Amino acid sequence: MKSEKIDSADSLLTDANTLRWELGDDYHDSLMEGIYQDAARIADTAVTRSGEQPRFNLDRAIDRLVTSKWTGFPVMFLLLAVVFWLTVVGANIPSAVLASFFLDTVHPVLKGLCVSAGFPSWLTGLLVDGAYLAGAWVVSVMLPPMAVFFPVFTLLEDFGYLPRVAFNMDALYRRAGAHGKQALTMTMGFGCNAAGVVATRVIDSPRERLIAIITNNFSLCNGRWPTQILMASIFIGALAPVHLAGFFSAAAVVVVAVLGVTLSLVVSWSLSRTVLAGVASAFSLELPPYRPPRILQTLYTSLIDRTIYVLWRALLFAVPAGMVIWLVANVTIGSTSLAELFIHWSNPFGLLMGLNGVILLAYIIAIPANEIVIPTVLMLTVLTTALNGVGAGAGVMFEADSAAATADILRAGGWTTLTGINLMLFSLIHNPCSTTIYTIYKETRSMKWTALATILPLGMGFALCFLVALLWRFFLAG
Amino acid sequence: MNDPIPQACESCPAFNAGHLTRLGIAIDTVDFVVALAGNPNTGKSTVFNSLTGLRQHTGNWPGKTVSRAEGGFAYNGKKFKIVDLPGTYSLLSTSVDEEVARDFILFGQPNVTVIVVDATRLERNLNLVLQVLEITDRAVLCVNLIDEARRHKIAVDDRMLARELGIPVVLTAARQREGITALLQTVHDVATGAFVCRPHRVQSIPANVAAALERLARQVTARFPGLPNARWVALRLLEGDQRMIDAVKSGELAGLVAGKT
Repeated sequence: MKSEKIDSADSLLTDANTLRWELGDDYHDSLMEGIYQDAARIADTAVTRSGEQPRFNLDRAIDRLVTSKWTGFPVMFLLLAVVFWLTVVGANIPSAVLASFFLDTVHPVLKGLCVSAGFPSWLTGLLVDGAYLAGAWVVSVMLPPMAVFFPVFTLLEDFGYLPRVAFNMDALYRRAGAHGKQALTMTMGFGCNAAGVVATRVIDSPRERLIAIITNNFSLCNGRWPTQILMASIFIGALAPVHLAGFFSAAAVVVVAVLGVTLSLVVSWSLSRTVLAGVASAFSLELPPYRPPRILQTLYTSLIDRTIYVLWRALLFAVPAGMVIWLVANVTIGSTSLAELFIHWSNPFGLLMGLNGVILLAYIIAIPANEIVIPTVLMLTVLTTALNGVGAGAGVMFEADSAAATADILRAGGWTTLTGINLMLFSLIHNPCSTTIYTIYKETRSMKWTALATILPLGMGFALCFLVALLWRFFLAG
Repeated sequence: MNDPIPQACESCPAFNAGHLTRLGIAIDTVDFVVALAGNPNTGKSTVFNSLTGLRQHTGNWPGKTVSRAEGGFAYNGKKFKIVDLPGTYSLLSTSVDEEVARDFILFGQPNVTVIVVDATRLERNLNLVLQVLEITDRAVLCVNLIDEARRHKIAVDDRMLARELGIPVVLTAARQREGITALLQTVHDVATGAFVCRPHRVQSIPANVAAALERLARQVTARFPGLPNARWVALRLLEGDQRMIDAVKSGELAGLVAGKT
């Protein structure tokens, strides 16, 4: 208490101070006891429980299973796997339908319109091949997985499962020197990292809050799920027999997501041992009762609040990014485009890490939104490998008709299983998107911590990809 | 919003009597300010949404409202601003969310404080209610999740509760919009002064603490005549609350007297 500074002339405050000394430490406790006594008496007169407690308490039975020391984590992984499996399987066909509509049907029509309206070719390119295609791609690839993932995830949340996740994770985070509530903000990050960073306000201690902010990026956000799911289906699913491909792809995504959680623990631990040293503070977490989710309402609000909102944001960033892509692919110095110049220059560095120049350029263009990484990658791959009969010319982002066709393009661009795996890793571990970076700055008001939160994961991503590439080549390539 | 209230209700005069208009965030000029307090995970945000028509995200986990949210509604020709405070278990400790909640109830001078409690966990929730009633004498108790209580065969006697606490009590199931109209009417009555609360003040306090509180409260009243919650100020001063000490020094408390006409 800062009572020493009390103005001695103020008799009220002096008296309060004296009385506080007289009452001693018991004051707070005896006050609380008094309140509890009154509360208990009133509750007793007003509440009646008819009959005996039900013999079988469903809530407790579920809790015993999902928060048990032994079954808690397996159940968690299983639930995650089911959610991803539903997303992978459920999103495939609508994605293809949307893509064929927006890209095969609408795109030529728009282009024809522009030509007949007498637009110069650069303007048609910029608008139709850049802006429109970027938006169309985002809709066809983002909408279906989000329309499955968000409602299912929201149902879990509505049911009351998230606090159980926090309960399971709490001990781990505390041992890492972080706040147990970080488990909650981490879970929020699975939806959107910027939202997760804002959610860290529930953490009181500034030290623990900073740790939670810096490590939130290790939660795969929805912009990165499509990348994970696509890469997993193309490169991991292909390694398994056909009827197990869906399962293997989902499992691979779970592994990456769990790796993210592990990294957030490891980084929290190292931060709390070094630059942000301190003791973890305690907090109480109530496990709320399970509530039967209101399915229709949840579907409605998760579609409006999350799916459409996130999609809108993605579109907002994809449209200008589409123009940028078209420009870098079409503005030339001498006879090579800017894109090709950068890709050739950065390719050796990319290959060293099991990635390539295309991926590096895509991640620079896609800083505003992770959602557009894959379209950018595809477009740039076509551009640099000059595939005949695929795509629609330089700088056109297009959607391949199916995952198989995407795989063909990528393989033609020199992609291997290693590239796929490393892209999954790099998508998990790289700098946050610009929205999240800005949010981190707004929340911390510190350039230093914002810079750390940006550069740390990027460095880790490079290092990990390099390591994996090294091991891969050592063991598999001989 | 699909409104789950059946058609029959909408055609009934009793339902339409108050003319609830949800104002969302259009809250420029208001007649009354309503604070929404309560334990975490009692459905405060759901109550907030059903009053304002806003769709603040709700979730079945404690602590999801990080900072306070504001919205508005009009009822019976009066405009209300409603402030959703962060959920807390108490108002007596040092965490930021408790500070936000207790400072708003005291210094923000809401015309009505609606305390949302979980019908299935009434005893634990009443601790917060009693603390709020130490600060303000214009409060409404909203016993939410009454549907869940029924499922667990728990009966809550609202009249007995109202008599014990000295404030109106409304049973609601906000997710189903059950009791929301009654809640509106009650908030309206307390705000306009049609209903005068006589809030319960904590009695089971050890003699020495009670004596000290009373002595200090008398001094607070002497210094700030007319202050309605002198005992709460005394209580916080004994706790050494810096915000309250500052309020005494700066005379901010005198402003609370002036504001309460």
